[in-house]
Amino acid sequence: MIGRIVAAVAGIGVAGGLGFLAYAWHPAIAPIAPPASTAFSAASVEHGRVLAAGGYCAECHTRRDGHEGAPLAGDYLMATPFGAIYSSNITPDPETGIGRWSQAAFVRAMRQGVSRDGSNLFPAFPFDHFTHMTDGDIADVYAFLMTRPPVHSVKRENTVPFPLNVRLLQAGWKLLFLHPGAYRPDPAHDAQWNRGAYLAEGLSHCGACHTPRNAMGAEKAGAAYDGAPVDNWIAPPLNGTNPTPVVWTEDEFFQYLRYGVAPLHGSAAGPMSPVIHGGLSEMPESDVRAIAVYLASLDQATGRQGGDAARLAAAMRTSARDLTGPQTDPDARLYAGACAACHANTGATPVLGRPELALNNALWLSEPTNLYQVVLRGINAGEGQDGVSMPSFYHALTDADLARLAAYLRRTRTTLPPWTDLEHKAASVRATLPAPPVAASH
Amino acid sequence: MTSFRLNGHEVSVDVADDTPLLWVIRDEIGLTGTKFGCGIGMCGACTVHVGGRATRSCITPVSAIQGADITTIEGLDPAGAHPVQEAWKDLQVPQCGYCQSGQIMQAASLLKDYPAPTDEDIDAVMAGSLCRCMTYIRIRDAIKKAASATRGEPSNG
Repeated sequence: MIGRIVAAVAGIGVAGGLGFLAYAWHPAIAPIAPPASTAFSAASVEHGRVLAAGGYCAECHTRRDGHEGAPLAGDYLMATPFGAIYSSNITPDPETGIGRWSQAAFVRAMRQGVSRDGSNLFPAFPFDHFTHMTDGDIADVYAFLMTRPPVHSVKRENTVPFPLNVRLLQAGWKLLFLHPGAYRPDPAHDAQWNRGAYLAEGLSHCGACHTPRNAMGAEKAGAAYDGAPVDNWIAPPLNGTNPTPVVWTEDEFFQYLRYGVAPLHGSAAGPMSPVIHGGLSEMPESDVRAIAVYLASLDQATGRQGGDAARLAAAMRTSARDLTGPQTDPDARLYAGACAACHANTGATPVLGRPELALNNALWLSEPTNLYQVVLRGINAGEGQDGVSMPSFYHALTDADLARLAAYLRRTRTTLPPWTDLEHKAASVRATLPAPPVAASH
Repeated sequence: MTSFRLNGHEVSVDVADDTPLLWVIRDEIGLTGTKFGCGIGMCGACTVHVGGRATRSCITPVSAIQGADITTIEGLDPAGAHPVQEAWKDLQVPQCGYCQSGQIMQAASLLKDYPAPTDEDIDAVMAGSLCRCMTYIRIRDAIKKAASATRGEPSNG
C-alpha cells in the first residue's frame, strides 16, 4: 500500500515535472539572414523609432559604466538584488546582436520573454509590460532596431548565482507573474484614458520602477504604483498614497512628462530625466497627454483635489520662513546661504524656475534619498527644466550639513514626521555616486 | 568636450567634465569679471546666469551646462548699462567691489522674478550673496531703483 502511494506521488511528481518542462521549454526559432534595410517601410521604421524612444530601449541597452557604449549595443549594468545583469546587444549584428532574429523571434521575446534560441530571458527585461503592446507596434520596433547600424559587441557575463541563473526556472516566474497578451481596452473609460493605460502599462512600463517588487523580483500584486527604490533613488508613488500637498493632477503630470518640470511638484532628475528627455519627448504630445490622463486617474486626482488651494497657500507661506530679519538658527542660516537664492518664493505660487521646496515631492517621501541625490549631484541643463541647472553641493556640504538641511526642511516645510538617521543616510547616498561631480574647488 | 553659449557666442571647451564652470569662464575663456569667493556656493561671488537663472558657477560642473545659455557680468548688457548696473553706479554701491558682479547677476535675476521687490523679497533671494563690506543697505536701494527703471519689461512673475 505504502509502495503504491509512493509510486503514485512519484508519478504525480514526474508528470508535474514533465508538465513544467513542457511549459518551460521553448524551441529555438531558426536564424535568418539579416534582413536588408529595404525590407521595412520608412513609415514603420519611423514609428518604431518613436516607440523605441517611448519604451526607453536605448536607456537600458547602452553601456554607461566605465565607458559610454554604442547606442543599443547592450552591456548596460543592472545591479539587481540577485546579482549583476548586463543587457543584450539589440543592434542587428548577426553574431552578437539580434541580426539573425526573425520578427517572430522578436515578438516572442517581447510577449513571452523568450530568446531566439529558446532560453528564458530574465525579467530585468520588462517583457511583463511589453507583452501588452500591439502586434503592429512590436513589428515597428523590430523594423527600427533591424535598420540600426550593427555593432559587434559582446556583453559581460551576468553574476546571478546558481540556481537563480538557471534560465529554465524563469518559466516558474512567468507562470506566477506574467500575464501575457496585448492590452484590452477598458470599456468603462474613454479612448484617451485607454491610450494612456496602453502606453503606461505596456511600452513605457511605468510600473517597472514605480511599483515595489517582491522577493522574486516581480512587481507586487496589490501594491501597483506605491513607489519603490530604484538605482539609489526613490521612484515616488504614482497613486493616491503620494502625500504631496498639491495632488499630481493631469496637468501637473503633463507638464512634468512633457517639459521635465511640474510647477507644483518639482523638476525631473536622476533616472527619470532620460524617461522624459529623449524618451517621452519623442512621442506625440497627444500620447503624453494620454499618459497624464491615465496617471491622474490612478492617483484619484479629481477626488483628492479639494484641499489643494488651502494646502498650496499653506506651503507658500512657509517658503520665505526664516529668510527675513535677524536669524540665529544655524540650520536656517545654512538654508539661507546655500538654497534660498534659488528656492525662496514670496508670491502666491512658485515662479517657474524657482522650485518650491515646500511643494517638492522629494521632501514628502518616506526617506531623504532623492533630496540628497539632487543636492549632491545637482541637476544638469538637460535633465530637468530645459537649459537650467542646479549646482552640485558634493564638496560644499558635509554629511552633517546635509543631515541638518534635510531635518530643517522636513521640519519647517512639511507636516510629516521627521526623517531618521539622517547623517548616516547622507553618507550612504554619497557613496553611491560614482565620482565627485565637481573637482575640489581649491 | 562641452559646448554651450557664453554671452551669445558659441563656445566649446576641452576640459575634464568635473571642471567647475567658474574655472572655465575665468581660466579657459579669460573673462575675469566673475569672481571666486568661497568655492562652495555659499557666498554668491561667482554667480552667473544659466538659462536666465542665477547659478553658482564655482560648484557647477561644466558638463552640467552642455547646450545651455550662460551669461556673465560681461554679457549682462552690451554697454554695461543694465538698469542694475546703472543703479549700482548712481548709488555708488560697491566698497571693495569684489562681490559686486555676483550681486548684480543675482539682482538682475531677482528682478525678472519679482519686478517690484519688497524688502522681504530682496532679503529672501539675496541672502546667499555676501558682502564683506556690509553694503547691504545700498545694494537694497540699488535693486529698488533698478526695479523702477525696469517696470514693464517681461518678467517671470
